[in-house]
Amino acid sequence: MQEIYLDHAATTPVHPEVLEAMLPYYRDMHGNPSSMHRFGQRVRHTVDEARSIIARCVNAEPGEIIFTSGGTEADNMALIGVMTANRDKGKHLITSQIEHHAVLHTCEYLESLGYEVTYLPVDETGRVAVEDVAQAIRPDTVMISIMFGNNEVGTLQHIGKIGKLAKERGVYFHTDAVQAFGIEEVDVKRLHVDLLSISAHKVNGPKGVGSLYARRGIKIASYIHGGNQEKKRRAGTENVAGIVGFARAAELAINTREERRAHYEKLRRMMMAVWDEQSVDYVVNGHPKFYMPHILNVSFPGTKTEAMLMKLDIAGVAAASGSACMSGSLEISHVLRAMNLPEDRLISAIRFSFGYGNTEEQVREAAERIARIVNKG
Amino acid sequence: MIYFDNSATTLPHPDVVKAFGDVASQFFGNPSSLHHLGGKSAQLLDQARKVAADCLGVQPGEIVFTSGGTESNNAALKGVAIQHRSRGKHIITSSIEHASVYETCKQLEELGYSVTYLPTDDKGRVRPEDVQRALSDDTILVSVMYVNSELGTVQPIEEIGRILSAYPKTYFHVDAVQGFGKLPLMPGKWGIDLLSLSAHKFHGVRGCGLLYVRRGVMLSPLIIGGGQEGGLRSGTENVPGIVAMAKAMRMQHERLQENHEHMKKLRARLIDGLLPLEYCKLNGPGKDDAYAAPHIVNVSFPGIKAEVVLHALEKEEIYVSTRSACSSKNSKPSRVLLAAGIDEERARSALRISFSPDNTEAEVDVFIRAIQKIVPNLAKIMRV
Ligand SMILES: Cc1ncc(COP(=O)(O)O)c(C=O)c1O
Ligand SMILES: Cc1ncc(COP(=O)(O)O)c(C=O)c1O
Repeated sequence: MQEIYLDHAATTPVHPEVLEAMLPYYRDMHGNPSSMHRFGQRVRHTVDEARSIIARCVNAEPGEIIFTSGGTEADNMALIGVMTANRDKGKHLITSQIEHHAVLHTCEYLESLGYEVTYLPVDETGRVAVEDVAQAIRPDTVMISIMFGNNEVGTLQHIGKIGKLAKERGVYFHTDAVQAFGIEEVDVKRLHVDLLSISAHKVNGPKGVGSLYARRGIKIASYIHGGNQEKKRRAGTENVAGIVGFARAAELAINTREERRAHYEKLRRMMMAVWDEQSVDYVVNGHPKFYMPHILNVSFPGTKTEAMLMKLDIAGVAAASGSACMSGSLEISHVLRAMNLPEDRLISAIRFSFGYGNTEEQVREAAERIARIVNKG
Repeated sequence: MIYFDNSATTLPHPDVVKAFGDVASQFFGNPSSLHHLGGKSAQLLDQARKVAADCLGVQPGEIVFTSGGTESNNAALKGVAIQHRSRGKHIITSSIEHASVYETCKQLEELGYSVTYLPTDDKGRVRPEDVQRALSDDTILVSVMYVNSELGTVQPIEEIGRILSAYPKTYFHVDAVQGFGKLPLMPGKWGIDLLSLSAHKFHGVRGCGLLYVRRGVMLSPLIIGGGQEGGLRSGTENVPGIVAMAKAMRMQHERLQENHEHMKKLRARLIDGLLPLEYCKLNGPGKDDAYAAPHIVNVSFPGIKAEVVLHALEKEEIYVSTRSACSSKNSKPSRVLLAAGIDEERARSALRISFSPDNTEAEVDVFIRAIQKIVPNLAKIMRV
């Protein structure tokens, strides 16, 4: 039986070209870019090049890109770095109830240090209302952190509008674009974004690498202290191979964005068409229009998430409940909870997410396996 | 090419690279995922954790994987400082720590902590009695590195651990980034509560390290989120990097004795070749000092700027460094050497030569001949 991986929002396989691009840096190009000698200096240039590539992918300047160990660190650095560096300005931060835990738990940590956080609600499609953001801004608000696209239901936020609002009101705007990068157009200038997190392993890059874009002039405290790497904003010997892989993956993702979007859109529709044909009882969770095509979150009323996932796994279909880091626990997702969905939808939600390598045949086959399982009850 | 800059970074072992590639391409699942691809990754992660723990003689549950030595050091220091701030705000460290400890301490001072930076003797060694003297009721943490990355001085970790055993509320952190694979390391026996390692210093891949956290030690996490690594370090685990690191750890651990002997021989040969040259001064431990790490030699050519020698050696395809790589852009003389009482002129002319087990005696001989050719020439030029 063919295994069908529909969990690309959790993590993606490394693209063969990415791995190939990385390997030389584990071999004769293994110098330390901070070394003074030529052997180190020639990889310094490589890191600079990778930085320019990532900058281009989000329409930033190379000097505005800080490499991190992943999306989580980028989120932590954005929130903690900006809040601590701007204490004189205020102690208030605005976020939403449906953020990834990398943001939510960091907010809780900041609260424990005396900062104040407003967690904005969302509607039943998972969207934050721009008016709510406007109303939540206080004189002592330092930053707003609202994710670009949600990792569980795929709903997109009004990033451009929130960015404009933040700019008008003199508040910093951070967005976690870990899921949106490579799927949506991410243009920090057009959207007035001040800080933006991305992670390589969500776009067929290696695990353990990511970046934070921090607009020039932003006051942000260094978060991991030590050597002078990343202009003293992030210490630690640079993971050159990882950074090279990240840049290659980002480039591939951006260059194929339109065609992949169209492909995922097709896969989504096909999946639902199969279920319609087979009279599967399902409801799509998320926004009917403003969604990322690679994420399809559905509830199969009458089933239970955990049992379904197990049956799907046995049937060779890899899917997820909420985000991967909490699927271990299988609590009800805080995202679906915040969307105020009825109980039977809450307890029966499954996330399918598409990516590199998924074909129409695969997805049709998966949809049929799912239909059989659901209809058997 | 002769690569004598292994304290800056090492070449990943080919088997380690292969392990990395295999895991990255075949077992890409997220260990937190419930499906069996995720389960497979979780299993690999468990195995790696067990290997790492075995190499250190500790329990798998005491290993927290990080992105490298710098993160591990930050996580240990800030983690203790924040978690135990109500108990005390005093930290003891040495004046010769790596920047990732030193700068973190500076940061903690800004946040209201007080830090004692212990001096060293003229070989770069912390005196255990100084640790004893600096301790107060307010001391929550002592952080002393195992092997100094610039001088190669081995610190009296066991003795400090013994002193601290009488102070159960004072945690002991050791930055062992330069020690693992070169010298025996027994955190459990030595009374160490927290210990940092970095994979790229022992032929693993970069972007990967670990922090040993003795059971029972409470730490405020540095990176917060999905709750991976027992809540102590969030973020999707870098499974390929971790598996590769575990492999490198096992290889270094198994060959510790012979690698140690081999590098010790290289060190002795190098010192024997350089010391008779009247323009060459050895910094740090002497040739036969018991507290000399086998892989690091630091020498000065007073009157000649280290960079000049470094670039001259580079022309011969010999790579060394002036100090720890991450601060090498800085033109000031090394903070560490000055702290060890080495005068400014000598510090400005200091070169660090650092070996891996793959280096050979023949390479050492080539290096000595290169120095004999380069330095007297430079000295002549400098004089006119
Ligand atoms: C929206 C979002 N933010 C942050 C993260 C964390 O990224 P990483 O796994 O690279 O730490 C993830 C994925 O886990 C995510 O989906
Ligand atoms: C003693 C010591 N501690 C910490 C580090 C930092 O490790 P990493 O480069 O993995 O961040 C280094 C090396 O740079 C080191 O030599």
